[in-house]
Parts: sequence; structure tokens; C-alpha cells
Amino acid sequence: MKILVTVKRVADYNVKVYPKADGSGVEIANVKMSMNPFDEIAVEEAVRLKESGKATEIIAASIGVSPCQEVLRTALAMGADRAILVETGAAPEPLMVAKLLKALVEREQPDLVILGKQAIDDDCNQTGQMLAALLGWGQGAFASKLTIPGGQEIEVTREIDGGLETLMLKLPAVVTADLRLNEPRYVKLPNIIKAKKKLLTTLSPGDLDVVLATQLTTLKVTEPPKREAGIKVADAAELVAKLRNDAKVI
Amino acid sequence: MKNILVIAEHDHATLKTATLNTVSAAQSIGGEIHMLVAGNHCAGAAAASAKIPGIAKVLQVDAGHYAHHLAEDLAVLIAGLAKDYSHVLAPATTFGKNLMPRVAALLDVTQLSDIVGVESADTFVRPIYAGSLLATVQCSAPVKVITVRSTAFAAAASEGGTALIETVPAAAPLDVARFAGQELTQSERPELTAARIVISGGRGMGSGEDFKLLEDIADQLGAAVGASRAAVDAGFAPNDYQIGQTGKIIAPELYIAVGISGAIQHLAGMKDSKIIVAINKDEEAPIFQIADYGIAGDLFKVLPELFAELDKLPPA
Repeated sequence: MKILVTVKRVADYNVKVYPKADGSGVEIANVKMSMNPFDEIAVEEAVRLKESGKATEIIAASIGVSPCQEVLRTALAMGADRAILVETGAAPEPLMVAKLLKALVEREQPDLVILGKQAIDDDCNQTGQMLAALLGWGQGAFASKLTIPGGQEIEVTREIDGGLETLMLKLPAVVTADLRLNEPRYVKLPNIIKAKKKLLTTLSPGDLDVVLATQLTTLKVTEPPKREAGIKVADAAELVAKLRNDAKVI
Repeated sequence: MKNILVIAEHDHATLKTATLNTVSAAQSIGGEIHMLVAGNHCAGAAAASAKIPGIAKVLQVDAGHYAHHLAEDLAVLIAGLAKDYSHVLAPATTFGKNLMPRVAALLDVTQLSDIVGVESADTFVRPIYAGSLLATVQCSAPVKVITVRSTAFAAAASEGGTALIETVPAAAPLDVARFAGQELTQSERPELTAARIVISGGRGMGSGEDFKLLEDIADQLGAAVGASRAAVDAGFAPNDYQIGQTGKIIAPELYIAVGISGAIQHLAGMKDSKIIVAINKDEEAPIFQIADYGIAGDLFKVLPELFAELDKLPPA
């Protein structure tokens, strides 16, 4: 089984981001960038499938600016076999990312595509589902468990609002990783060195016959109103009195 | 001007409440609103939809392959109907988030996730970076495919309307995915996203057994129980308890955070609550910066005291 896994370069999850001074966007110059945490889970799942003998080859793909090579190198250090960067300007909209990935799928013919369920910058949670739609494949979105019984189907357990749901998907299929699918490994130094020698190919959207377009314009980015800190109370008795008499919520 | 289509989230017999918040978002866009109720034997949910004032028409579709709301099959149906509409809206629940990007891709349009504000028919506000920023975005797509954050829009009324119910034929099944089972959390308590009061536990709870302390207080208050990601990852609580950037987004009248430090990813899920209470032994925990009332103390001492105080409280 051949697996395509996707990684996005985003502002590190520990970093506090601010609007640009003119409110036209988000200030990410000089901000620490990392692999989107959900994509780390996606890569980890692919690597585990290879380690357990279910997968034969893992291709990591990223779409975006040239420095996305860094997150692809991380994916290679985690255990992906080779990497492809589709170099674009600023991050394209999810529909465009899905179109580029569809073209990569047609080129590479994977049996399974694993993506993170959402990127922690734009919080869109769209690309995996869009890719599955464009390909006409089944989708296991928000996966917390993935099993490959062998043959032509996979079993995906999904985290849904009421609990868990299990689907059987025909292969090829798309899976998007939720938090509890696995715990990604720490990358070891020798693997980082090895990853430098692995193949990383750069393509342009034109190489994939995709014309980029936008349908969304960001008019402004602002900070939401701040919530003021309230007061400390001494004990439960005082708390209950405040909630009953001042806040009137109990 | 074309009409707006709202996709109902339902269990065939009844509507999920987030559907009513989505209707309210549709009303703030303006225009005639139709509602799609697609399921299997979903006359009950269709009848409930017809009673919502402001719904002009209900489209009811019954087919075996819609019994489990598979996105693969519903997306084909909705994309087929969407050409006649200017906007297609669904709640930003796991149902809507799973389905709507698929609809948008079939229509070759972009999608807007999790809107919290409507500026005009083509301009919307949505949170980014775990809600630490708000982006105002203008969409030029011929059909606007949108998921709506339910906490940002009041629930529309559920009684008083008399919309027409029209039966619409099903689309052919795609036959790429099949439902194999579900494990839903059984609880007598109110649903987390609809509860007036929520009490949540974090890593500080120490174990799943100690969540009992929260459950006892939840039952006194008629509250729902939630959890931080750390508590769910540690196995203290099931996944559907998780509140935060990637879990549930809630805005109850009263939110009580117990043993939760207040990472931005958690705040993203509850900071719009009306009153926030924090109980944490770390006086410097960030949760206190947004709490209306805080107790810096050991939760294993405070929770039994809180239970006792609530127990002797006369009815309001």
C-alpha cells in the first residue's frame, strides 16, 4: 500500500499571533513556524502503517512557500520515504490545495491519503473532505482509530459530537487525523541527518496543470474584545453567594 | 435574488438545536429560507422544521443511504440542489464540518467555516488561530457554502411556522463508504452544547474516578460535564466531552473550570460563556485572567465544600 501524507507549515501552536498593524492580515514575519500538529499525527500514522508492514511507501507532500521544505524534512525524519513540495506564493485556499493534491494523487496513485483534520492557523477543517469529493473517494474525517483488515476496505473510527462512529471505506480513501489517533514520535538526530539525503522534489502548480484562483478576500483581521479578569473569592460559600446574588446564574 | 438553503441536522425524528442557530444566521443574511431534511423516515424532523417561523419551504428526502448521514451521499444530493440557491448553510458541528467542504468541492467553490458574524450577503466574520483573531472575509463564489458557529447566533424560534413540506427524490448512492457502528455517550444530563451550566475538569482532576466529584455537582445544578483536551487525552473523560479549538465550542450562562490551567486552545471553546468560574491550585494559572470568580485552592477540598454549599442552597 502506498500512502500520501500531507503537511502544512503553520505558526507554532505555542506562539501568540497578532494582526498586522494595518489590520490587513496576520503578522507572521519572524514568528516561529512548525508542522501543523494534526499533520504530525497524520505522518505518524503513515509511518506506523509502514512499520507494521501494511504500507510500502510514504510520500509526504506540502503546498506553499519554499520554506515548507523544512516541514517536509521533518516528515522525512519521522519516516516518510520521499517528499514533494508544490511551491506557491502565499497559502492557497483549501479548495486550491485540494485540487493540487488531487493532481498529485493522479500522478502518484496512492491507495490512501492521510491529512491532519485541520490547520491551526486558518482553522478551516476542509481540505481532506474536499480532496475526497474531487476524487469521488470515501472519507474518514476526524479519525481516532484506523485499521486495515486487509483487502479492499479500511475501518475508520471517527470522533463525532455524540461519541464515536465507525465507517468502512473502500480503498482508495481519504482519512483526516484527529488528536487521539496516535501520539507522534520525537524525531531523533540520526534520522534528521538521514532525512537530508532523502529525495525532495519541487513542482509548480503549472507542472500539475492547476491554475490557482481565489474566491476569498480578507478585508480585515482584528483581535476579539478582551475579557477582564474578575475577582478571587475565599471559598465555596462565598462563590455560591456571588453566583446566586450577583451573577444570578444559579 | 436566490434563496438560502439550510441543511438540518437531525436524528430523523427531531432536529438538533444547532439547526435553529443556523436558521438564525440565515435570517441575518436575508432572503427566503428553505430547509433540507435528508434522512431515512425523517417525517418527524421535517414536521419540526416546518414549524420554524421564517422557513418558507421544507425539502424532505427519505432514502436508506441517508440513514447515517454519510457525507459522501449527502454531498451529492446537496450539490444537486444548491444550484438554485445563493447560500447553503449548516451548523459547524462534526456533522456540518464533515459534510460542507465536500459539498463546496463538488460545486467548485470555496467554503467558509465556522462563521460568527454576518456583515452582508457576501461578507462574514470567522475566528482564526483558535479564536485569538477574527477575520472579516468577502466571498465571491456564486454559491456561498457556510458552516455556522452555533454559539454566535441565538436559536431561532421552533414553534409557530407553517411551511410547506415538499418531497424531493434522493440522489444515487456513491457506494464508497458504509456505516459500521457507533458508540454514543449515554447521559441523563443536558447536551454539552445546549446546557445552561457546564462544569469541566482538566488534568488537575488526577483520574477518571475523580470526575465523579464534577458529576455530583453537575447533577445538583442540572449542568453538563465537559473536559479539557489534557483530561480526555489522559483518559479521564470520553472524547465527546472535549471543549476547545478542536472540540466543542460552547457559551453557557455559567462555566465552571476545575483543574484546568487555561491554554488558549481550551479558552477557544468556552471564553464566550457569560460567567466563568475557575478553581485551580495554581494562582498563576491563565484561566484566572478570564474568570469572573476564581478560587485558588485544592480542588479536592473545594469541590466537596461546593457540593455541601449547593446542597443547602434554597431553591432560587
